[in-house]
Amino acid sequence: MVATPSASNPLYILEGVRKAYGGRTVLDVEHLEVRCGEVLAVVGPSGSGKSTLLRLLNFLEPPSGGRILFEGQPISLPVPLATLRRVTMVFQRPQLLNRSVEANVAYGLKLRGRPRDGRVQQVLARVGLASLAGAPARSLSGGEAQRVALARALVLEPQALLLDEPTANLDPYNVGLIEDLIRAQNAEQGTTIVLVTHNVFQARRLAHRCALLLEGRLIEVAPTEAFFEESADPRTAAFVRGEMVY
Amino acid sequence: METLLDALRQALRLLTSLDPRLLEIVGLSLRVSLGALALSTLIGLPVGAALGLARRLPARGLLLAALHTGMGLPPVVVGLFVYLLLSRSGPLAGLDWLFTPAAMVAAQVIIALPLVTGLTMAAVGSLDPDLRLQLRALGATTWQTALTLVVEARLGVLAAVAAAFGSIISEVGAVLLVGGNIEGKTRVLTTAIVLETRKGEFALALALGVVLLLLAFLANGLLLRFAGLLGREERG
Repeated sequence: MVATPSASNPLYILEGVRKAYGGRTVLDVEHLEVRCGEVLAVVGPSGSGKSTLLRLLNFLEPPSGGRILFEGQPISLPVPLATLRRVTMVFQRPQLLNRSVEANVAYGLKLRGRPRDGRVQQVLARVGLASLAGAPARSLSGGEAQRVALARALVLEPQALLLDEPTANLDPYNVGLIEDLIRAQNAEQGTTIVLVTHNVFQARRLAHRCALLLEGRLIEVAPTEAFFEESADPRTAAFVRGEMVY
Repeated sequence: METLLDALRQALRLLTSLDPRLLEIVGLSLRVSLGALALSTLIGLPVGAALGLARRLPARGLLLAALHTGMGLPPVVVGLFVYLLLSRSGPLAGLDWLFTPAAMVAAQVIIALPLVTGLTMAAVGSLDPDLRLQLRALGATTWQTALTLVVEARLGVLAAVAAAFGSIISEVGAVLLVGGNIEGKTRVLTTAIVLETRKGEFALALALGVVLLLLAFLANGLLLRFAGLLGREERG
């Protein structure tokens, strides 16, 4: 577990946010704050609304009800491009383009008309893939592909980085590498990170605060130590013990 | 067998001698079909991409059924339709296009357009829906997202263009009806093959067939090369 950052201004505030698809509510969050510079882990079983929450935080979908404030300003979709580009997300499946590794990492910079300035190479070196810069992205292993997806997000120096199960189905070596990168990005750049994971151990290793989502509802949000050791809700205690509560 | 060997010999002779009549027929075939292909691609590619990207389509089933029917339109029926439109009593008689290359291009556009549109739609629509969200999450505008998705589906899109070209360069029913197979004016490879076959000039007909096959092969080779170049440019 890592120490909570001193800065505690909320980057996001969610108030009564609800998301429904075809009349079925998949997310119903009464109140949630994501603080500047923190790593917030959102844990919960499959289908609990974790990925939906990230899509709302990335302004990819509008909520069905309630409101989202970003830096204190209420958000309505479509958001201005400048706001959209302050946040980015890494999906569970890397979603790489059928291009070289380098072109994938440079993609977001190209969209913004920003020069590469050797930054692509620097980020590739950080994720340990500098030697594969010219390789076709589709030829990579699962772990390498996920590291490229992370590099593609990191090179943009986002204010908020949203990670959707970034280490699902990866081997321990790649899990360790990606966790180190997440930790370093937060510590060195102060990037606010929302990490969605079903792996409570990973949440404990990386997050300042943890939140539990069950069937779209926020059960508990607490500093990591308290979340694991002194859970306020018995469902949280059961979940972190690995007991089936769903 | 002898006819086949004769045909091959004659095809070789025709090609190496650069027979002016052959060159004229090949030239017109290419002008008509490439013109029709260019128009179909210009319209069909963006429309197909937009349909493939559209999350909700009103009357989607009806639209798909119409597109798939269009992809299987019999060229001779298209020829008849265009003939009736352009004939002296037709609504477009004033264009004075009947028995001109313009009428042949129009007929071939009707054949090629549903193919380019439908296959482009399928190629773009088969991409992972999360890819679009990922591009948006990386900061792409709507246009940047659409362009990237079309480039990602480039092999399918080029297959659509290649299929449309193969379909129109080899069709005979429509161009025969609206062009009339007039020597020096509207005679193309396929109508020339029909004519030579009717005259009993099987070797010459087969030779023209070999030329047609070579053209189709070359065109597809060029398209594949283009796909390769496009991929390289995007990788750079």
